[in-house]
Amino acid sequence: MIDFVYLVPLLPLLGFTTLVLFGHRLGESAAGWLATAAIGGSFLSAVLTFFGLRSLEGEERVVTKTLFEWVPVGDFSVDVAFLVDPLSVAMILFVTGIGTLIHLYSIGYMHGDENYSKFFLYLNLFTFSMLMLVLGNNLLLTFLGWEGVGACSYFLISFWFTDEANASAGKKAFVTNRVGDWGFMVATFLAFATVGSIDYLTLNGTASQMSTPVVTGIVLLLFVGAMGKSAQFPLYLWLPDAMAGPTPVSALIHAATMVTSGVYLLTRVNGLLYEVTERAGWATNLIAWVGVGTALFAATIAVAQNDIKKVLAYSTVSQLGYMILAVGVGAYVAAIFHMVMHAFFKALLFLGSGSVIHGMDNDQDMRRYGGLQKLMPITAGTFIIGWLAIAGVPPFAGFWSKDEILLGAWDSGGLNGKALWLVGLITALLTAFYMSRQVFMTFFGRYRYNDPDASEVDEAWSAYLADAEATSVSASAAAAETAQAHTDAIAAHAEASEAFSTAKIDAATVSGDDEESAKKAIEAADRALTSSAEAEVETKESSEAASAAATTASVALGDAQAAESARSGPALGEPDDAGEAASFLPEAVAARAEHHPHESPWHMTAPLVVLAGLSIVGGILNLPFTKGLHFLEQWLEPALAHEHVVNASAATKWILAFVAIAAGAVGILVAAQTYLQHRRDPALVERPILADAWGYDRVVSAFMGGPGTKLFDAIAWFDATIIDGMVNGVATTVRDGGSVVRRLQSGFVRSYALGISLGSVALLVWFFVRTAA
Amino acid sequence: MGELTHNYYLVLGAVVFSIGAVGLLVRRNPLVMFMCVELMLNAVNLTFVGLAWGLNDIGGQVAVFFVMVVAAAEVVVGLAIVVAIMRRRDGATSDDLSALRG
Repeated sequence: MIDFVYLVPLLPLLGFTTLVLFGHRLGESAAGWLATAAIGGSFLSAVLTFFGLRSLEGEERVVTKTLFEWVPVGDFSVDVAFLVDPLSVAMILFVTGIGTLIHLYSIGYMHGDENYSKFFLYLNLFTFSMLMLVLGNNLLLTFLGWEGVGACSYFLISFWFTDEANASAGKKAFVTNRVGDWGFMVATFLAFATVGSIDYLTLNGTASQMSTPVVTGIVLLLFVGAMGKSAQFPLYLWLPDAMAGPTPVSALIHAATMVTSGVYLLTRVNGLLYEVTERAGWATNLIAWVGVGTALFAATIAVAQNDIKKVLAYSTVSQLGYMILAVGVGAYVAAIFHMVMHAFFKALLFLGSGSVIHGMDNDQDMRRYGGLQKLMPITAGTFIIGWLAIAGVPPFAGFWSKDEILLGAWDSGGLNGKALWLVGLITALLTAFYMSRQVFMTFFGRYRYNDPDASEVDEAWSAYLADAEATSVSASAAAAETAQAHTDAIAAHAEASEAFSTAKIDAATVSGDDEESAKKAIEAADRALTSSAEAEVETKESSEAASAAATTASVALGDAQAAESARSGPALGEPDDAGEAASFLPEAVAARAEHHPHESPWHMTAPLVVLAGLSIVGGILNLPFTKGLHFLEQWLEPALAHEHVVNASAATKWILAFVAIAAGAVGILVAAQTYLQHRRDPALVERPILADAWGYDRVVSAFMGGPGTKLFDAIAWFDATIIDGMVNGVATTVRDGGSVVRRLQSGFVRSYALGISLGSVALLVWFFVRTAA
Repeated sequence: MGELTHNYYLVLGAVVFSIGAVGLLVRRNPLVMFMCVELMLNAVNLTFVGLAWGLNDIGGQVAVFFVMVVAAAEVVVGLAIVVAIMRRRDGATSDDLSALRG
């Protein structure tokens, strides 16, 4: 039944080719179901392979299935062959199993996308590449899969490539991974040059005969490759940005499968790692410290992120750090155990976050969530299980595997081991804290979606102030205008009264007929005087009213400014205070109030339920209590020749377990006090430097955009001038030489005959000289 | 003059071969060049036969048959080419036929 292993990568490949050729004609759901069926079939084949392998006895469980000879070069040969052993079978089981669930989920999640079939085509190609990576029996075949998953990751991160940010996130992932791939390639070259073979069985088998620098070099270079794929410091940069892709991609590629390939690769060459531990312990110790350092580093960043997927992304980096730590201390079983458990609960958390995002109208900001457990019961329930699993609460999956890793670190000896354990423990505490923060912000507390944002409130306040100021200005302008009118009226009255007096004096000096007209003039002047007096009174009243209005407006402006400066930032869990400015809030706020979060369709919740179940019971795979319960360890034994044997006493194990539980509990309690009971200001932990990822990303971008560009320009110049120059030089020499030599062919038969004659004579002379000598 | 040895045949063969070779180099008429080639081939045949007689080895005479067959075939092909050329051109001077110049 082991032959079913051929079907495992074949089915996704068939799904891929079918979708390439007929994807558009299949239509939306058919394409999705076809892809899901391909991976589902692959999972069934993997299960059959598992049973086939299980029917063999212990040490026979390492089988190489050769498909064909791929690169035959002299004594050296590379086959397309699958190494079927407990390790690779464990990997293909969880890759295809989780892959199936995520494909199923994507049918619902990608509903309505215009490139629906293209998405599934990429997912199938990704799964195929991942399976080649896992099953390959040599470094070159693994590299094929390694690059395949890298390319698919690039396609899928920038799946919605019309958005500039997504496109550049894809490029970032691709370029950062190339740095790691360089390590992988050089490791392959080194193995080929020194050992003459690149298949894993030979490498692991001959590790003890290799010289120390060689074996250390191969391991460290492969570790550089693992740093890239498994997002370890300093190459972790791409993973948080990779969240730009659709959420199922984040779950499948950037949480559950592809990012574990670095850990898998290092476990695959455990024979080499064992030799390095024995002879150059600093190298494996370096691996352990990079792992645990990344775990702590990423966990500190995760506590200050507000994007629901960013938290999970940094959490993934942190958990991968744990796995690398396990590899570094030689606890390979714990690494694989945690890898599988992590795949369960992190896929669950990512798919849950996708379900939340789907229900929340594609809003990813956790500050706008809250109280969703009433509105999305299935998502909330499963997400909470995922949270308990990752936070290390027994008996959920994550507790058992994380505990194994911490135990392995403690047991790796000396103060160094204790220090590794301590950093790991602090990370566990932080993990519990940031995951609790996420759960409390998302599913508990008040529903905050239609609360205005701080920026929106600021905007409303400034609109309100501007309005008050405009009122005040126009009122005082009106006041000034009426005051002017009043002044004019007083002047007019004075003029009229002057005219009246003049008219009277004129009347006194005239007589006769003129008397009559003078009388009329006096009457007219009198009327003008009366009306101007009335106008004066009128304008006085309106001027007084306008100035009163101006005073009121300026008082109102003062009040508004006072209120604006008096308003505080949002109290814990309370919306930002819009107060009197509320009527100026942007329409977007009102529009959000119209939105009603809803539970996702069954395709999306069913995988959540399955993964939640696995996250609860997953620990059964490797329970620590008695040797008989170490199912995973017993299963992996033939593939891991040099598993570290734990020497710690049972009492130590119990104490370590309780300390780990206590650390998790502290993290959860602190988060509950901060985010549920609001007894503490979240700003205490959500430091800007943490939200900024310690500025590392920015520094790297600044370097790459500035001095780095010059460096790479220099390298590009070297490539274009020196390397290409050599290649082109050979071609030019051949061409120029040819154009000289071709003149010899004159077309004259007799000159050829002369050449032949002279040649024959020369040969004869040579023979004679030789025989004479 | 001493006894007739195969050396006489060899010298004769060498002389005839040289005449043929020089003729091939200096003449331009393809038919004459063919005759010169025949001279060279037959000079070789003479050498073979002379040595076969002198060394008492039948192998040389067998080789001559092969040479004669090859010579006949060569002449057939060569004359056919000459005829084909004559159909397209006025004359067939070898130096005019240099279309395959590099």
